[in-house]
Amino acid sequence: MPRLNAASRHRIGFTLNGRQVSLEAEPRLLASDALRHGLGATGTHVGCEHGVCGACTIQIDGQPARACLTLAVQLEGRDVTTVEGLAPGQDRLSVMQAAFRRHHALQCGFCTAGILMSLDAYLREEPEPSEQALREVVGGHLCRCTGYTPIIQAALEAAALLRGEPALKPQLRGPAHV
Amino acid sequence: MKPAAFDYIRAGDLQEALDALDRHGSDARIIAGGQSLLPMLNMRLARPSVLIDIMGIAGLDAVRRDGDAIVVPAGVRQAALMKRADLAGEQPLLAAALPWLGHYQTRARGTVCGSAAHADPSAEIPLCLVALDGEIRLRSRRKRRSVKASGFFGGMMVTDKGDDELIEAVAFPAARPGTGYAFREVARRHGDFAIVACAAVVTPDAIHLAVAGVADKPERRSLPLLDGSALTDALNAFAWDLDAREDLHATARLRRDLVRSLGLSTIEEARRCRA
Repeated sequence: MPRLNAASRHRIGFTLNGRQVSLEAEPRLLASDALRHGLGATGTHVGCEHGVCGACTIQIDGQPARACLTLAVQLEGRDVTTVEGLAPGQDRLSVMQAAFRRHHALQCGFCTAGILMSLDAYLREEPEPSEQALREVVGGHLCRCTGYTPIIQAALEAAALLRGEPALKPQLRGPAHV
Repeated sequence: MKPAAFDYIRAGDLQEALDALDRHGSDARIIAGGQSLLPMLNMRLARPSVLIDIMGIAGLDAVRRDGDAIVVPAGVRQAALMKRADLAGEQPLLAAALPWLGHYQTRARGTVCGSAAHADPSAEIPLCLVALDGEIRLRSRRKRRSVKASGFFGGMMVTDKGDDELIEAVAFPAARPGTGYAFREVARRHGDFAIVACAAVVTPDAIHLAVAGVADKPERRSLPLLDGSALTDALNAFAWDLDAREDLHATARLRRDLVRSLGLSTIEEARRCRA
């Protein structure tokens, strides 16, 4: 039964965006801080630090997770993806990222990394999402620019493109009643 | 916001977790998905000196059917229960309530038993347990016991769980023929804690209404099969009997009003759904 002492730093190893990494962490270190400060993966943004805003959302073994509600020691042996892992190459955006750019869904961009991670996980699970379902997924994030409408538009278009359909001009109904 | 320092124990099996809990007692906290505990640690509302992580324990993550109960062990994440095939047929109340339980992102990590252990008065899992008359299965190094949900939740984040005990599983009674189930909630944002949530169970001879978010724990009232003004009077009496909380999100008056109106519409829906 491994017991990690509070005052010491312990070596934690996991896969980050397909690459084996390790860092030293006290048990109380949050995954969000481990990624940013320990590994320099600053794409994961820190907002509220109590699980409300979703800016720090990452994927652990393909499932979305608030990095601020995860301890770095809980990443041991896991497969972690952050926003840095979404683009297929240095000079290329993922389908979802490109749709965000086309629809001006970024605005200030602070919450974007977390939203991309949630939508990426959700579309893998549900390739044909309804607009309502996407609104509920994005509802797990707070965007203070209130850019929700273009975000939903971008997500619907990305879902269509990922299904191999041509980019549509999605018809949106009025404001959300979620 | 950062947690205060703690030792971290990764339990390899249930016995290790129980031994550690026995040794450290009230200094220790069990961590599973961490979606309720981590905010408490980050805000330093909880400052345990030892965390015992049970998510690495094999065999705790499978929901099983045990007679007429749906048994959900400690490692089952909320999203996993939600994705259970035919949950809506097996227990429609759970199927209706789970989409309201936190957000897609927190359900992927948070466990069902963890929500019961946390005992937030606005939370959906304690509400469903109380509404359905479910049970909490507790285990310590010395013994195992099972507690009815009605006796388990004692107040805001207070339960009957001993310092040396962990919740091994919770059990939800499966749907019974001739009984209708419904769930409704009012929250500022879908997925946030309920201002008021109502769960109604209508059997052939009684109406049971449980409410969360109003008092300091989920409360249930059983009524005969009333309707019309007799039912609204009974709901009014229930609303006044509850020690309705007043906070930043809602006044006590709004909460009592929601017990009347949301409670009524939830009961009506459960009646319509009676098989």
